[in-house]
Amino acid sequence: MSLEHEKLKNSLLWALMLAGALLMALPFWVMVVTSLVKPDAVFQMPPRFWPEAFHWENYGRLFQLAPMGVYFWNSVFVATLTTIGHVLFSAMAGYAFSRLHFPHKNKVFFLFLITMMVPPQVNIVPLFFLMKSFHWLDTYMALIVPGLFGAFGVFMLRQWFNGLPRELEDAARIDGCNQWQIFWRVALPLATPALAALAIFVFINTWNSFMWPLIVTNSESIRTLPVGIATLKGSFRDTTDWTVLMAAATLSILPVVIVFLLGQKQFMKGIMAGGLKE
Amino acid sequence: MKEYSASETRWAWIFLAPCLLGLVIFTYLPVFASLGLSFSYWNLLGTPRFIGLENYATVLNDALFWKSFGTTCWFVALSGILELVISLVLAVWLNRAIRGQSFFRTAYFLPFITPMVSVALVWGWLYDPSYGMFNWLLQQAHLIGKPIPWLYDPQTALWAVIILRVWKDIGYNIVIFLAGLQAVPPSLYESANLDGAGGWRTFWLVTLPMITPTLFFVGVMTLINGFQAFDSVYLLTQGGPEHSTELLVYWMFKNAFEFYKIGPASAIAYILFIVILLLTLVQWQLRKRWVLYEDETA
Repeated sequence: MSLEHEKLKNSLLWALMLAGALLMALPFWVMVVTSLVKPDAVFQMPPRFWPEAFHWENYGRLFQLAPMGVYFWNSVFVATLTTIGHVLFSAMAGYAFSRLHFPHKNKVFFLFLITMMVPPQVNIVPLFFLMKSFHWLDTYMALIVPGLFGAFGVFMLRQWFNGLPRELEDAARIDGCNQWQIFWRVALPLATPALAALAIFVFINTWNSFMWPLIVTNSESIRTLPVGIATLKGSFRDTTDWTVLMAAATLSILPVVIVFLLGQKQFMKGIMAGGLKE
Repeated sequence: MKEYSASETRWAWIFLAPCLLGLVIFTYLPVFASLGLSFSYWNLLGTPRFIGLENYATVLNDALFWKSFGTTCWFVALSGILELVISLVLAVWLNRAIRGQSFFRTAYFLPFITPMVSVALVWGWLYDPSYGMFNWLLQQAHLIGKPIPWLYDPQTALWAVIILRVWKDIGYNIVIFLAGLQAVPPSLYESANLDGAGGWRTFWLVTLPMITPTLFFVGVMTLINGFQAFDSVYLLTQGGPEHSTELLVYWMFKNAFEFYKIGPASAIAYILFIVILLLTLVQWQLRKRWVLYEDETA
């Protein structure tokens, strides 16, 4: 194959990839544009690829129609607390499996691992009644506590701790640190990249979670964004105000995109190493 | 026998306690409770009463269950094949075209991390029969004459849900495929080149065999995730029209939280569990072979 030929082929591929990327981005583009046009302009053909003017008041109307501020805060609160707790508990357990010797270690590790085989949907009915018996329905407890534990993070962080040198920890032990201090001051800081990958993963998953919050929440004051958005959509009877809905979608997508772009490198590495899945 | 230090053992249990307790209460307990409920009659008031396999008989004799099961298998198979083919092709191209690789990877990946409910809402708008972008584009390209009533026709509704899923998930598959492709030794391509193999032959004879483990891993993962789909149909179609998008998890949800048939819902959950468990076992076998650096060295 000649060099010219190869160059042409590469540019062609590049153009194809670009076209594909534009197609992938189109829904997001339509979402943002629709959220900014005049409400009646939505029902004009051909559809707009650029707003005739920026009607930011659609966002104002959204906040009047639904308690978006409350939903948003609930999502931030629930996702942040879940992330902190989940990462901390996973790191503790992962550290124990990696560094400490205790009876029945392999059996306990196996008990952890097999929980990854259970799809969350299988547990959702009894978990609902468990929440009911705890009187946790329609509270933050139901949204946060069951999400604090997961074997995947334990497994991933155990692998990471296995790869770290032990010398620093031994030195800390000689200096008289107890096990918690060794974990907290020495091991944990060295695990920052893995902790970050897990944190981003848990945050995004919790932020996007829909079925569980839908089932355990009832009042607007406790609902998270995805449930709030589904409620808002259901509240339109005759004509749907698409500008307001697209504004809501934009607001719910923005935070995860920002979190992802900030931690993209770590997140991608985590995905490639362990097959993080939703 | 190995000697254990008492203090180290105590510390270990302290470190493990939160996660262990959490998994016992929020995973082990419900998974057995779910099994128990699937063998019980419970009207939500009294205590559940053991009725043996009756719930399973009810479910398996229900035409709507089989309709839902078939729809789900169809959904999983079609979206799975589309996802695999599209993402593999894109990954192979991305692996060649170096310039802008990370930009493209991010662009294709973004839908994967966004909330399904929000993007389903956007796609509901794209699918709008009269004013949606989708029909407009297809008409501009002269691919269709009349607008398609995507979500309102039993013939097309499942396709609408499938296309949405493919769009959302291919980015994830591309990233995994890229990792697999980048692990193929360049020398293999060089010798294929020297032997005069063209692009197509190189793909069939070098690339594909080298990434087969990755392909299987991604394939099974895609199947498992497909069986768990819920958010998109809840928002877009509510299982309709004419039950044409009644995916299994959604059908279970309706049984439990709309019809309050806890027993049958739990039976559906366990049938789903068994299907996914079988797939997971296959995946774990493959995973052992695929992720070499997960091997125990410590």
